[in-house]
Amino acid sequence: MSTQDLLFGEGDASEHSPHAPVSIHDLTVAYHRKPVLWDVDLDIPEGKLVGIIGPNGAGKSTLIKACLDLVPRASGEVRFFGKTYRKQRSLVGYVPQRESVDWDFPVSARDVVAMGLYGKIGWCRPVGRKHRELAGQALDHVGIGHLADRQISQLSGGQQQRVFLARALAQNAQIYFMDEPFAAVDAATERAIVGLLKELKEKGRTVLVVHHDLATVSQYFDWVILLNMRVVDCGPTEKVFTAENLKKTYGGKLTLLAEAGNALQQG
Amino acid sequence: MDTVWRVLFLLDYNTRLVVLSTVILGVASGLIGSFLLLRKRSLMGDALSHACLPGIGLAFIFMVMAGASGKSLPGLLVGASITGLAGVGFVLLIRNLSRVKDDAAMGIVLSVFFGLGVAVLGMVQTIPDASAAGLETFIYGKTASMVFNDFLLLAGVAFLVLVASAILMKEFTLLCFDEGFARSLGWPVHRLDMIMLALVSAVTVVGLQAVGLILIIAFLIIPAAAARFWTDDLRNMLIVAAAIGGVSGWLGASTSALLPGLPAGAIIVLVAAAIFLFSLLFGRARGVVRRLSAQVRLRRKVGRQHLLRAVYEILERNQNKDPGVLSNEPVSFDEVLRLRTWTPVRLRRLIQSANREDHIDRFDGVNLRLSESGFGEAARTTRNHRLWEMFLITHADIAPSHVDRDADSVEHVLSPDMVRELERKLDLRNIPLSPHGLGHVGVGAVDRGTGI
Repeated sequence: MSTQDLLFGEGDASEHSPHAPVSIHDLTVAYHRKPVLWDVDLDIPEGKLVGIIGPNGAGKSTLIKACLDLVPRASGEVRFFGKTYRKQRSLVGYVPQRESVDWDFPVSARDVVAMGLYGKIGWCRPVGRKHRELAGQALDHVGIGHLADRQISQLSGGQQQRVFLARALAQNAQIYFMDEPFAAVDAATERAIVGLLKELKEKGRTVLVVHHDLATVSQYFDWVILLNMRVVDCGPTEKVFTAENLKKTYGGKLTLLAEAGNALQQG
Repeated sequence: MDTVWRVLFLLDYNTRLVVLSTVILGVASGLIGSFLLLRKRSLMGDALSHACLPGIGLAFIFMVMAGASGKSLPGLLVGASITGLAGVGFVLLIRNLSRVKDDAAMGIVLSVFFGLGVAVLGMVQTIPDASAAGLETFIYGKTASMVFNDFLLLAGVAFLVLVASAILMKEFTLLCFDEGFARSLGWPVHRLDMIMLALVSAVTVVGLQAVGLILIIAFLIIPAAAARFWTDDLRNMLIVAAAIGGVSGWLGASTSALLPGLPAGAIIVLVAAAIFLFSLLFGRARGVVRRLSAQVRLRRKVGRQHLLRAVYEILERNQNKDPGVLSNEPVSFDEVLRLRTWTPVRLRRLIQSANREDHIDRFDGVNLRLSESGFGEAARTTRNHRLWEMFLITHADIAPSHVDRDADSVEHVLSPDMVRELERKLDLRNIPLSPHGLGHVGVGAVDRGTGI
């Protein structure tokens, strides 16, 4: 039972909806025993563009990583269409933060995009010509097909971001997790990403995007998760993205949670 | 001279084995060292090799206690790999259980295990009836002691590394480039890391005898680091690193065979270092010389373009016509000099440089006339400069008086794509008028107001 249930006596939230692409129940994540996400309960409806909004250190990236089993969960579980991530991996695509890798690495844009196909190629098998062609098509899709054979350090920041998006496209997933794809990109790339998101939505895909720029939230997303170490609110953008909620998310009312976290770490 | 020839080209039976073994070792360590380098774990190899020493001593003790000869090489190497891997295990353990960072954990393990090894070897010397002399050759390496079985062992390990790198190429690549993505695909990242480290330790252990545990790390890192200067492609990097490793081993072992006072390990490292230095300077992909010459070329181009634009702006002012319909006439040297902050010497040099590009029709010391191609280039440069200025004013909210300097640096690097984007944004095709009025940079330009 989560603290939210204890405090507010809300009904039984333990049922995972088998139809929700992503269903998070009672998720708590801690680094070195210090909780950074408390009791997250969420059901994401299918075919939505979902913005994950919150201040620095709110646990936005951590939420994504916990969903993908990249960080250990202190408690709780995450289901994809009713099943665990382990079983549904092939349905999920992931775009990590651009800064998370070394762009000096000796590979071309095409090589990186082909990595999105590794799950399908299988172990110990080489990347074939067909895969390289598919990678080229994914790069065409994000508008930088002509740069396919450039080494990745010779691309601009926006182009590098598009390489990551192309890699996720190559995964051909139902559900996408994107960690700050709009961070420090040029206007052309921003337009390209927005176009891509709309296209994925039209195909019925569900996309969760960690986002920083509050000014564009209502323009880009039809569903938002307001996060600050816990879920402040979650729902359709026009209902949830309100001044009051933003104040709750960004205001300094959460020191209690932060202090409790520190106490747990030292205890 | 004859001996040199015979040793270098493996005609001499005594040294053929040693040289060949070292070449194979170099190829294998160049290969697996490349992955180690890209995984940013180079120093892990160092911790591993130092941690081998206590294993050698302990294995000797066990074998003597079991009544066997203490010097059986396979036995010693098994001992070495056990403590070597234990050392790596301790590094990972310290890192995961505490908040001690990688480098500190490796420093601790490396020195403690080496110290332990020295102590154990000291103890071994005191065992009666057991000749422990020669164990310390593992510290610095001694190629001359190698026999045919050692060669077979080395060849086997090298073959293993080659096959594993080929089969797991794509897995290792993703592991090194983007561990998080690999884990999101459900890959057993830890197991892959273990496989990689096991291959590194295999190369290290069989290399102990030839190169010694202190210098083997050089064999793992230097060829890989040198190869990176030659190529931007991982497959080529592996090939180049293996080649550099092989050549270092070949030259190093041959030299050592010819000059018996010199241990092979040291010579190999020095040869590898020489190749590294050469690569750093002259590497085709990212060598220093290449980068510098690219900078110099850009600086020259920038200077030339400034000259052309200055001439074009003078023509504009003198003819007082629309920028698109100017005719190419001579301008005076002094006028150009006044437009920018060049010294006469610098301006003459710029004119010479432009002349080499066929941008100048004639220059008699007083007057200067652009060639056909120079005039075209001048119009293009001027146009790019102004497009950028106008973009800065209209789209980036920068004061008109400040844009000239910014545009000065950007105009030379505008790609055709960017120019098209600017044209689209500004809805312009021809050469626009200068947004800050024509004339001297900075002064004067300000109060003439803007044309927007």
